[in-house]
Amino acid sequence: MIAPVRIPHPREKRMIFKNIDRHDYAPDMETYLNEGGYEQLKKALTLQPSEVVEEVKKSGVRGRGGAGFPCGVKWGFIRPDEKRPIYLICNADESEPGTFKDRYIIHQDPHQLIEGMIISCFACRVNLAYIYIRGEFPEGAKILEKALAEAREKNFLGKNILGTGYDLDIFVHRGAGAYICGEETGLIESLEGKRAYPRIKPPYFPAAIGLYQNPTIVNNVETLCNVKHVMRIGGEEFAKLGTPNNTGTRILCVSGDVMKPGYYEFEVGSVSMGELIYDICGGLKPGRKLKAVIPGGSSAKVLRAGETYKIKGKDADGNPTENEIGLEDIRMDFDSLAAVGSMAGSGGVIVMDDTRDMVWVLNNINEFYAHESCGQCTPCREGSLWMKKITDRIMDGGGVLEDPDTLKSVADNIAGKTICAFGEACSWPTQSFIAKFRDEFAAKATKRVPAATSPEFMRDSLVKAVS
Amino acid sequence: MTITLEDSQVEITAEFESQADEIITHYPVSKRSATLPLLHIWQETFGYISDQACHWIAAKLELQPINVLELITFYPMFRTAPAGRHHIRVCRTLSCAMAGSYKLLDKVCEAAGIDQHASHGHGAHILKSADGKFSVEFVECLASCGTGPVCMVNDDFYEAVDPENLDPVLGKYE
Repeated sequence: MIAPVRIPHPREKRMIFKNIDRHDYAPDMETYLNEGGYEQLKKALTLQPSEVVEEVKKSGVRGRGGAGFPCGVKWGFIRPDEKRPIYLICNADESEPGTFKDRYIIHQDPHQLIEGMIISCFACRVNLAYIYIRGEFPEGAKILEKALAEAREKNFLGKNILGTGYDLDIFVHRGAGAYICGEETGLIESLEGKRAYPRIKPPYFPAAIGLYQNPTIVNNVETLCNVKHVMRIGGEEFAKLGTPNNTGTRILCVSGDVMKPGYYEFEVGSVSMGELIYDICGGLKPGRKLKAVIPGGSSAKVLRAGETYKIKGKDADGNPTENEIGLEDIRMDFDSLAAVGSMAGSGGVIVMDDTRDMVWVLNNINEFYAHESCGQCTPCREGSLWMKKITDRIMDGGGVLEDPDTLKSVADNIAGKTICAFGEACSWPTQSFIAKFRDEFAAKATKRVPAATSPEFMRDSLVKAVS
Repeated sequence: MTITLEDSQVEITAEFESQADEIITHYPVSKRSATLPLLHIWQETFGYISDQACHWIAAKLELQPINVLELITFYPMFRTAPAGRHHIRVCRTLSCAMAGSYKLLDKVCEAAGIDQHASHGHGAHILKSADGKFSVEFVECLASCGTGPVCMVNDDFYEAVDPENLDPVLGKYE
């Protein structure tokens, strides 16, 4: 796959995506070594594993997969006196609708990922690691396998790595089309050769009981790449990138109704939603107006154009302040998006203009979640399908007056009642679309009366049939 | 939903057997982990997952056939009936849909001579052209939302496909 060549926007700060779209860059060992590859690994191997963990903690780098959990803290859950084998899994099951960053790292710069992964494995004292790549990336899996073979040849992997006495092997494991494998405990079950039914947690997170009942670290592709750069510039320098608590760079994947969709890497929080849409992505199509934005992958709550948000903060003297901002003013970082009631999630920004029918959009999202629910918990398995059926019937002109309320009620009864976060992921779109575009749903849902029930299902005939 | 796997027999070559054995070495802790990879190579080699596949993999990994069957019915990429010679996956999810993936599906079906009056999803059989050349499936997010609509033909990936001009996508497949 050759991605269309695109010159990075001047506002971008390319760190992870430095080598993406370069025509003089090939995804092989030679190119990578010529560019100073595996130097950070050599540096890391001169340190103690705990020192590497310390650097990553200092960097403040947060997980890029969706939840935004601090990577160093996650690693810190591994007990220093741990006697059991420890595993690390790279989550390359990129499948959140709207997100397409890992694809480019895997296809165009696999050694960056592998170097970051080896450093991470060394830090967490891991001797066996897996890259769980989604089944729909067959070419990516082949590229990674080739890159791993090259790394083995150079003794960056295998026994006694570079004479340090450290052993590590990494294998590629292909998924087979199930979105739920992106959930870390679902992924672990899948890697164990089972259905990807997520595990209940707390009490035991993967760092305590994970793969094969042993401590396991699961990190996203982009997070592991960041580890390499933490080694390169040091944790403290890394923490200066971005804003406090939102450090480093972030790859934003923009799709939908903008002139220049694509991937853009910025210092976290250095651009606002308005700048992203209008300056960097070239604005909307001629004559169109902004209607809504889903800021962090399809499960993030939708933001409506024209909304205002009250943001609480502190002034220079530490006194509480309250600012009112619009959609365009939101900084694209973890905390700002959480403050407006949505999330930065996986960085997938889906932009919708005024030609979009919100019922159609939600229906599309609902169909995705209905298809991808693993079926383990009743509220999610049934509820995701009910929500899809309701938006289906509204689309088909069979909606009834109560549909917006019914949708909300179904969604409210899924979130918080399931084993994994899929419950929230599938209910947040419905909850937010109904809250923000109720009129549109109501207008469509009252168009026609419901179709008549077939006579054999009418109350009287049923009673007759029973008696 | 009852699943009946096809009762067809193929010959397991020594090459296939050694490919499977090599994969099993990737999982020194638990052979069961090799179930998905073995299903993948079976489907790549023999086209679809048959009753024989289920039993052969189970025996190879010292599992019960149900341990394999439950994966076949869970993971959408495994099919229990032959696909066309070239299998097309069109992305259905939001960004691609906004970029015209429903139209793309229609046009792909039209170009490939496929009658698409069936819904996609678990258990839905794969739609095939009468000559067996193409089969098509409407799948969920293929993770290239910035260049929609996208599709895959076998393992080849196509971005920003123009539904009105499918020759660059379908033309080269025999």
